[in-house]
Amino acid sequence: MSLLHLAVLSPLLLAILIPFLHKYFKNIHTGWFLLPLPAVLFAYFLQFISTTSHGGTVMETVAWISSLGINFTLKVDGLGLLFALLITGIGALVVLYSIYYLNPDKEKLNTFYVYLLLFMGAMLGVVLSDNLIVLYTFWELTSFSSFLLIGYWNHRERSRYGAQKSMLITVFGGLSMLGGILMLYIITGTFSISETIQMSNEVVNHPLFTATLILFLLGAFTKSAQFPFHIWLPDAMEAPTPVSAYLHSATMVKAGIYLVARMTPVFAHSGTWVWLVAGVGVLTLFWGSFSAVKQTDLKAILAFSTVSQLGMIMSLLGAGAAALHYGTIEDGYYIVAVTAAVFHLINHATFKGSLFMVTGIIDHETGTRDIRKLGGLMNFMPITFTLAIIGTFSMAGIPPFNGFLSKEMFFTGMLRVAEMDFFNMDTWGILFPIIAWSASVFTFLYSMMYVFKTFTGKYQPEKLEKKPHEAPIGMLISPVILASLVIIFGIFPNVLSHNIISPAMGSILPSLLENGEGFDVHISHWHGPTAELFMTIGVIAFGLLLYKFMPKWAGIYSKLPSRMSFNRFYDRGLELLELTSKNITKSYMTGFIRTYLVYIFSFFILALASTLIFKNAFQLDLSDVAPIRFFEVVLVLIMAVSAITILFAKSRLTSIILLGAVGYTVALFFVLFRAPDLALTQLVIETVSVALFLLAFYHLPQIRRNEERIRFRATNALISIAVGAIVTMIALSAHSNKTFGSISEYYVENTYKKAGGENMVNVILVDFRGFDTMFEIAVLGIAALGIFAMIKLRLTRGRELDENK
Amino acid sequence: MEILMALLIGILFMTATYLMLSKSLLRIIIGTGLLSHGAHLLLLTMGGLKRGAAPLLGEHAPSYVDPLPQALILTAIVISFGVTAFFLVVAYRAYQELGTDNMDRLRGKEGHE
Repeated sequence: MSLLHLAVLSPLLLAILIPFLHKYFKNIHTGWFLLPLPAVLFAYFLQFISTTSHGGTVMETVAWISSLGINFTLKVDGLGLLFALLITGIGALVVLYSIYYLNPDKEKLNTFYVYLLLFMGAMLGVVLSDNLIVLYTFWELTSFSSFLLIGYWNHRERSRYGAQKSMLITVFGGLSMLGGILMLYIITGTFSISETIQMSNEVVNHPLFTATLILFLLGAFTKSAQFPFHIWLPDAMEAPTPVSAYLHSATMVKAGIYLVARMTPVFAHSGTWVWLVAGVGVLTLFWGSFSAVKQTDLKAILAFSTVSQLGMIMSLLGAGAAALHYGTIEDGYYIVAVTAAVFHLINHATFKGSLFMVTGIIDHETGTRDIRKLGGLMNFMPITFTLAIIGTFSMAGIPPFNGFLSKEMFFTGMLRVAEMDFFNMDTWGILFPIIAWSASVFTFLYSMMYVFKTFTGKYQPEKLEKKPHEAPIGMLISPVILASLVIIFGIFPNVLSHNIISPAMGSILPSLLENGEGFDVHISHWHGPTAELFMTIGVIAFGLLLYKFMPKWAGIYSKLPSRMSFNRFYDRGLELLELTSKNITKSYMTGFIRTYLVYIFSFFILALASTLIFKNAFQLDLSDVAPIRFFEVVLVLIMAVSAITILFAKSRLTSIILLGAVGYTVALFFVLFRAPDLALTQLVIETVSVALFLLAFYHLPQIRRNEERIRFRATNALISIAVGAIVTMIALSAHSNKTFGSISEYYVENTYKKAGGENMVNVILVDFRGFDTMFEIAVLGIAALGIFAMIKLRLTRGRELDENK
Repeated sequence: MEILMALLIGILFMTATYLMLSKSLLRIIIGTGLLSHGAHLLLLTMGGLKRGAAPLLGEHAPSYVDPLPQALILTAIVISFGVTAFFLVVAYRAYQELGTDNMDRLRGKEGHE
């Protein structure tokens, strides 16, 4: 157990303590106990920069299930560290913000912070695990804790709906990923990610490769809310705002991004990967930004914006994977896409985190998040307004904020995709920059909507629940820090490049590096009048134009989206699934015992008949049969006639007497076939049974005593004839197929010699095979006790028979 | 003889199945009774119906019939009797409590499907 393991598990350990702290320190907001942990962890992870910036990694292993190759291995490299810093850093800020956001008197703080800690620990586990099974374990824990956090206000129906939806979609993806992990294990024979990366050539050439790739991508796409699995994210906005800021902008939704980045060295040599990741990413980018414009709820705008930005990062990772096509750093013309992905990942976490917190402040201070009710808040909340300006301008890609830089690099990356002359990119590749550019226009549009519709325009006090005023200072600290980072990374982007971005890229594209080499990342504001710059100018100009004339064209939204909504598809699908399964179950679970017997007999018939036919099993061998004698033939006829007559008996009394006749004939058969003990037992037992039948018959209720013949049913007749025929056929084949003799010679020889008896059957029953007899006695005993209890116990008399009522 | 017995057993199984598929509870139990007769005879027949003395050493015969299937059948008879007796009492109690022996009416209560 190393310090690193302790660091990853510490949130889970603290989660155990939280309820006690909450109970015994009622006067202190529980969040304060939490706050030091992510801060300390952040500081702890900062130390690793000195190692990773030189391309080094730290690896620690604790044995878990070694016999299956599952060990709790943690690995800190550039990519893992970047995510760990994001998780702990933003985690600390979110905890601080939540202390002021959540009211200790109204909310159940203990559960909230337990869930949040569970999530934090799980997320750290996801990004630092080197073992795929451990990664999957933590992955599902993030789904689970996110489910709990979305449904935090579980008295609201929308919260429960959102939590269920996100759970269904992310767990679907998680399970697909598990399938991918197992396939990868079949290919490589190891669960270790590092070792899998070494074997990437074998993976790519394996027949299971495409299936594995798709299963992994399903996991990543569902978690990172990629098209068309993005629908859970807007509904997850029912969670408290700190949760939305933390989970649904900065960390959990990036788990899929992390997975794609982590598995890039394994899968990215194929064109399928490049096309799928880049294509789905760019589609998500467009759809998210297009849908964001029509939202009226601030959090919904941010949710779709998150979807869109995640798509952007995803498309960059896909495009950047093309760099592996050349295999050396010199030809790494496409590396810029990966740089942009990593850089935008950081930028997005900073500005989106701060924007969510700003939304929370607006909600907190005015009582609404609806942009139709808001307006003119600039004068009341100047600090919040400033923060919103910084966040949205960065999101829109306006200089000098960090979003501008990543957007420029994004355009560069997309233009490079269009220039690719491999993976068939020369056919449809030109679409990438076009879609990317139009999506950026929409991004600009909703960013401007967010800030200007909220803070400028007409102030409408009558629509607000509270009189707006500036937020308390504690609530502002976290967004201020994040917004400062937006500016710092915007103006001095290269503080990140050597320490953070370059090692992270080293983890994504390891095969391009020689030993000890690192990517030389340099991000500059001004790189001359390039195509990218003109694209940005175009975005701003076109975006302003669209914003100005928005009322004129916004009507298209009312026509398009309701028809093209994946929510409808999801809801209908779920409804249909439930309805169909209910109908299917209802159609065969009729509640009639006859129906179930028909199923059982039909299966019996089908299984045995097909075996007999297809295995050529039916045989008839007459060489070994005993001669037929007159007596026996008479008995056979008596028995057959009485058995068949039961079917046609009009009264039950007749059938009981006929059953008795069959039983006594069986006893006569036992006499003829030299089985005296059987004959005795059969006679006695048949007598008692018939008496019992008569007893049951006597107690028949008067009302329904209409004695009638069994109504003839063709299916019943067919099934019973088939059952009889098959039993006969099997009996004949079995008899004709005897392969070895009986072991009874032993009993004949030793009944007297060893057991001291002369009646072989009795000696077998009590001596050679006495155990059977013992339990047969137990059966009789149980039956007797059961009958006694059935008759004596009358607990339900005079009461409802149904215990549930 | 075995061929004849196999046919007889087939008839017993056929009638048993037909009775078990009927509506009346009593007929279903009669069906199970026929089914156990069929099974017992099947055991006996498959053991071989060769001539020989009854399995009693006092007979001093040159050959005996196979004693093992007989022991198995004896056990089976006793067990099927125990089960049949229990079934019959269950059926009797069901008549008493529910007032019907029609299987179509014994379907649990409304809303408990």
